[in-house]
This record gives sequence, structure tokens and C-alpha cells, in this order.
Amino acid sequence: MRDGQVFQQHLKLRKFRGSVFGLIFLASTMVGTLVLIVLIVDVLRDSLGWLDWQFLTSYPSRKPEEAGLLSALFGTLWVMVFTALFSFPIGIGTAIYLEEYAPDNRLKRLIQTNINNLAGVPSIVYGLLGLSLFVQALALGRSILAGALTLTLMSLPVIIIAAQEAIRSVPGTHRLGAFALGASKWQVVRNIVLPSSFPGIFTGTILAMSRAIGEAAPMIAIAALVYLTFIPISPLDRFTVLPIQIFNWVSRPQADFQHLAAAGIIVLLVVLLSMNAIAIILRNRYQKRTEE
Amino acid sequence: MPHRGTLKTATGFAISPGRRSRSRLGEAFIHKLLVACALVSILTTVGIVVMLVAQSVGFFRQVSILEFFTGTKWTPLFAPPNFGVLPLVSGTLLTAGIAILVALPVGLASAIYLSEYAREGVRRVLKPFLEILAGIPTVVYGYFALTFITPLLQKVFPSLIIFNALSAGLVMGIMIIPMVSSLSEDAMIAVPRSLRNAAYGLGATRFEVATRVVMPAATSGIVAACILALSRAVGETMIVAIAAGSTPRLTLNPLESIQTMTAYIVQISLGETPHGTVEYYTIFAVGLLLFIMTMLMNLFGQWFVRRYREKY
Amino acid sequence: MENLTECLAVRNLELWYGTFQSLRGISLGILHNRITAIIGPSGCGKSSLLRCFNRMNDLIPGSRVQGEVIFHGRNVYDAGVDPAEVRYRIGMVFQKPNPFPKSVFENVAFGPRVNGITDNLEEVVEQALHRAALWGEVKDRLHKSAMELSGGQQQRLCIARALALEPEVILMDEPCSALDPMATLKIEDLMKSLAAEYTIVIVTHNMQQAGRVSDMAAFMMMEEDRAGVLVEYGPTPQLFTKPRDKRTDDYITGRFG
Repeated sequence: MRDGQVFQQHLKLRKFRGSVFGLIFLASTMVGTLVLIVLIVDVLRDSLGWLDWQFLTSYPSRKPEEAGLLSALFGTLWVMVFTALFSFPIGIGTAIYLEEYAPDNRLKRLIQTNINNLAGVPSIVYGLLGLSLFVQALALGRSILAGALTLTLMSLPVIIIAAQEAIRSVPGTHRLGAFALGASKWQVVRNIVLPSSFPGIFTGTILAMSRAIGEAAPMIAIAALVYLTFIPISPLDRFTVLPIQIFNWVSRPQADFQHLAAAGIIVLLVVLLSMNAIAIILRNRYQKRTEE
Repeated sequence: MPHRGTLKTATGFAISPGRRSRSRLGEAFIHKLLVACALVSILTTVGIVVMLVAQSVGFFRQVSILEFFTGTKWTPLFAPPNFGVLPLVSGTLLTAGIAILVALPVGLASAIYLSEYAREGVRRVLKPFLEILAGIPTVVYGYFALTFITPLLQKVFPSLIIFNALSAGLVMGIMIIPMVSSLSEDAMIAVPRSLRNAAYGLGATRFEVATRVVMPAATSGIVAACILALSRAVGETMIVAIAAGSTPRLTLNPLESIQTMTAYIVQISLGETPHGTVEYYTIFAVGLLLFIMTMLMNLFGQWFVRRYREKY
Repeated sequence: MENLTECLAVRNLELWYGTFQSLRGISLGILHNRITAIIGPSGCGKSSLLRCFNRMNDLIPGSRVQGEVIFHGRNVYDAGVDPAEVRYRIGMVFQKPNPFPKSVFENVAFGPRVNGITDNLEEVVEQALHRAALWGEVKDRLHKSAMELSGGQQQRLCIARALALEPEVILMDEPCSALDPMATLKIEDLMKSLAAEYTIVIVTHNMQQAGRVSDMAAFMMMEEDRAGVLVEYGPTPQLFTKPRDKRTDDYITGRFG
């Protein structure tokens, strides 16, 4: 037996060191939460008195007290709808192909690696792609359609990966059961795989969409102009979106525009948070129904 | 009985060829449709590479590659213009470096907390906050850096100018904490319970198990988390465009105003520079370099992730 | 027989995982420098009992212990006792070999290092490897990864790792279940040679193994609510040839379990 006294003393020191570091670890975990609270309080305080009905229903203006984000709000809605329209089917289609159809060969691994890499490509690079492919080569101009197509390409990798995870979580025995009854591949996918993976796919897609909607960088490369005093009425119209409008206000030196930016941020965060809330509510409701 | 049997076969033959072939046709069509969806992602990569290279050719026809990579001045809009990309690269690495200095210790510590210390209930409360943090638009972080962090820093460094690398880097670090934390946590959770038990069985404390067994065993995953987070920081645009300034400068002093590659692309994009001019082509040359840098980091990072997945 | 003192005394031990009772009313005395085997059908709580001795169950959220495990006159579950100290004095070897992904040397040195014994580390490691009958096989590859050893070597390394702390008791949780017969034989020989210096408690589902190596044997069973109870405890030859309880007899003659 070694010296118990010394061991005891040493153990006390080790325990003490352990609890000090435990506190540091906990504090580090709280850093994010703390910053989030400070950030939201800061933005709320800055926007005080600026976020009103007039702000929501006015066009941008050189006079801060008359400025609003009506055109940006509509631009964001337009882009959101079209991006969802394009990215949802293509993303799910790719995920189904990779998980249910593709043989496990080099091509599949290539596509998979490629998707993982695309998820890491900086958003501004997608902006450059959209600029030269959609705006110029396909001559769509700086239009809503060009913007939505760009955001589609940017959000596809995230949607595909989320959908793949959801599809993978469907137990293989369910598929085998359906195949044993003579169902074809597509029947199995449509009747077995998609219904049970839908909640996961749906949540993943909405989260990816909300990320895309908050992105300013690629949209700046596409839309550029921000001083827009009309509501776009066709997908080929010029447009601006909330993040660009906020960026424009932040970049101006006058304090009043900073307040406008803060008010715009609140609107943007409300839009994004309600999208997330809708995703969660719909998912819960859907899950309950399938369990019944 | 035999009669019924033949009848069944007969009707089977009568109906099935048509139905079969129609459904087989449908199946084939759907298969093709799905392949087409998957090809979109391949085409996206091809599109990015072709577009960046093709437009950069326009740039390198007018500017030598040597000047681009070795020049120490980036003033494409002045006369005479200089096209040395190093100041933009140094600005990018400076802000990304500051970000990693913030995100690595904090993210790693919180990963240890979440994987080794926190009870299930605590995890369930804390993780959503990290997820919300990851979902905040970067333009919001930019605003936060410019209007909150910079004034705060100016109290510490009174001579600090409004646009500086430090503030942008710090906020970018906060932005990538969730990424470092969740990727490292995944790697730590993948360390088998039996190793933890072995260490506890030898009288190790929780802290010793975390730092001497779990962390070393999760090294490749943690390295991957760092590389992927660094790549994200290098490609991050709005924070630096808003808070770091627009003065390309070859410096590693975080208190100075700089410009990153991404912020430069934003600056030129905002001006709607006419198609075909050399200024217009610069954003593609810078974009190509950015793409290559982040691509290499991502491939390297994913290679590390695969390494730890294979180990267990 | 000389030196028949109790090393560990278990009194009315009860163990719960959440609301599920895993052990009920266990009392037995583990004898000094003897090999005690815990046998019984799978799921009867043998391993759970073993893990009570060095407080490994503390690591499972929701686990709760009542009763006492007396070691050196003190209940290891007393408020003032640190589980790390209990585990330092009572070593453990697990079902599957679980060497750290480090070198052979670092594996054995791990325990001494965390417990602050850094003097003569090389000597401590060499001695532990000698005792675990592994020195000859690894002396030329001390600084190579332990993952390259064979399964049997890995398990002996895990025993050496436990021995490096000079524990009084070594708990072995089905240490041979993942090994081939030759490696099993080596471990069994090792156990017998270690019994001169250490108190060994082994959980095994292998009746022959219990018969071959152990001096004392404890037979456990599940009651109807799946809680484990101790049915019979005594010298191994007696338990195997003249069991007092009919359930023990049924089990060792293979009528159930």
C-alpha cells in the first residue's frame, strides 16, 4: 500500500482541479447563450421607436424617418417561394436517388463527396456563379428568378444531406416488408419511405430555407441595387431582399440609419424564427398523426 | 380445381403484360428523373469551376499570374492599378485566425462539457441555444460587431479605428463556436464507452477521463472541426464586409482596417461594375482563389472526419 | 487454512437502475488472497454486483445503491469516500479488452500517471508487465500502439494496467468471453499466479472456468421481478458437488439457465 496520506492530498488537488475546469467548461458553453442574449437586447434597444407600421409599409428613402423595407419584404417573400419551389423537389429527388436507387459504386461516392464539398463552398462564390450563369449567360438579368435559382443551388446540399438522414432513419425491415408484397421500387419509396421520413425532410428543408433567406452575400452579387421604390410583380423584375436592405443601412455612417438597420434585423429575425416555429409545429402535428 | 388454376393463369397473362410494361415504363421514367436531380449537384460544381476559370482567364490575360500572387498592393480601381492579391489574403487569414483563436478554446470546452459533464436534461436545454446561434444571419453578426463590439473594444484600445480586423474576427469567432462545438462533440461521443470505463476503473476523475482519454482519442475529429470551421471563417462575407473595413493592407495587426477576399467581391458587386472590364474580372480571380482555398480545407477536413469514423 | 480474513464484506446490498431493482439483499464476504467466482444465468446481476465493489455503477445515470460494501473497515458508499480512491485500490478488468489507443507503455503508465505516481515509472510499468506475464512478448514494442496486440495480449495488457496501481483487489468481468481457448488458458494461469498477492473476484458464465480457477463460488439468480439475488455461496468444490440449494443443483447440472 502506498502512502495513503499523500494520495489523499493529491486526490483532493485533482478533484479541485477537476471542478475548476468543470466550471470553465460550463462557462464556455454559456458564452454562446450569453452573446445571443446580449445581441438580441442590443438590437431591440437600437430599434426602439423605429419599428412601426410606417417602417413596414414604406419604400427605402434618403430620409431615415420616412424609410421602410416594403420592397425588401416583398422581395424576400418572392425569392423564398421560388427557392422552395425549385430546391424542394430537386433536393428530395437527389436524396431518394442516393439512398434508395444508386448502386454503391464510385459514381455514388463521387456525388456524395461532391455534395459534402458544395455544402462548404462560401456563399459569395454561389453569388458569382449566379451572376455569370443566370444573370448573364441565361440572360435572366438581375431578377427574382436569377436570385431564387442561385439560392436554390446554394441550399441544395444542406437540403439533400438533411433529407438523406431522414430517409436513412426509416428501418430497412419496412422496405423489405413492402418488397415482399410485390411492391415496385417507386411504390416502396412513395408509400413507405417518404411518409415516414417526411417530418425529418420537411424540418431540414425549412431550416435550410431560413439559412438561405438570411444570406446577404450571394444576393448582393445578383441584385446589387438596393434603392428600389416598387414592389416586384413578376419573377423577372428587379428586386432587393431584407439582408441587403439591412446591409445598406448598416453601411451608412448616420446614426439614424443604424436604427433602421436594427429595426430591419428584428423583422428579419421574426421572419426566420416564425419559419422555424412553423417547421417544428408542422413536424409535431404530422408525427402525432402518424403515431395514431 | 385444375380449371380454376388455369383460369387464374390465363387472366394473369391477359392483364399483366400491359400493366407490367406500363409500370416498368413509369419506374424507368422516375429513375431517370431522380438521376437528373442528382446530376444537378454535379453540374453545380462543374458550373462553379468552369465559370470561375473562364472569367479568371479574362483577368489573367491582362494581369500576370506572378504579379497576382507576389504583388503586395491591391488597388484595382486606382490609376495605375495594382493587382497583388496578398493584402486580401492576409486580411482573410487575419480575421479567420482571430476567429479560430476565439472559437477553438470555447467550442472545445463546450464540447467537453456537453459530451462528458452535462446530464441529458441540461444538454437538451443548452443545445438549442447553440443551434439558434448558428442560425443567426451573418449580416446581423456584422451589425453586432460594428455597433456593439467595436465601441466596446474602443474603450480598451482608445486609438482603435471604427473598421478593424479585431472586432470582425472576434464576432466571426462567436459565429463559428457552434460549428467547432458540435463537430468536436460528435467526435467525442464516438469514443467508445469502454475506454472511459477503463480510465474510471483506474481511479481517474471525470476531468482526467475527458482530457487524457476522450480528447486524445477524438483528436482527428477535433482537428477536422478546426479545419472546417477555419474554412467557414475564410469564406464568411458579411461580418467582414460590414466591420473590417475596405482598405486592402498587407498586415497582421488586428487593430488596423483591412479588406478580405470576400469583402472585396462584395464591394465590387455593389457597384455594378460593367461586364468585361478588368475590375469586373478581378472578382472572379479572387473568387477562384477563395474557392480553391476553402475546397482544399474542406477535403482535408473530411479526410480527418473519415479517419476517426474508421477507427471505431 | 490460514489468513481467512474477509477483504470485502457485502451487507444487504440493493441496487436500482431508475425504478428497476437489479440486486436484492446481497450479503457475502470476499476472502483475502482467494479467487471468488460469481456465476449464474445471464441477466442475473453478476456484473452489476461486481461493479458495486468499485462503484462503477455510479457512472450510470439513475443508479442507486443501498446497503454496505465494507473495505478496510469502511463502507465504500460512505459520504466521505471518493469513488476515484475506491477504484484506485480495487482494480477492474473488463469483458472486452479495452486498451487506450496509445502505446503499450502509456497504457500501463496511465494509472500511475493520473494518480500522481511518476517516480520510477519505467520500473513500475516493467514490473506490472512481468506480473501480467506479458513482458517477454512486448518488451521490444513498448512504444508501439497497443491496438496492434492480439486480443489475448490486449487483455493481459489491461490486467497489467490494473496491476500497475498495486491494487488489493482485482475485479474481472467475464475477462475471457472475447478470447480464444488458448488465450483463455493463459489468462486463467495468470489469475492463479496472481492469487498469491491479490484478491480476485471474477464474473463468468463459463462453469468450467469457475471450477478450474476459483476457490470460492457465489451462485446468483433472477427473481420473478428480474432482481438478482444470491442463492448460494461457499467453497467451489462444495458448491459444485454438494450444493445445498436445489436451484444451484439444477443450474450446475444443466437443467436450466
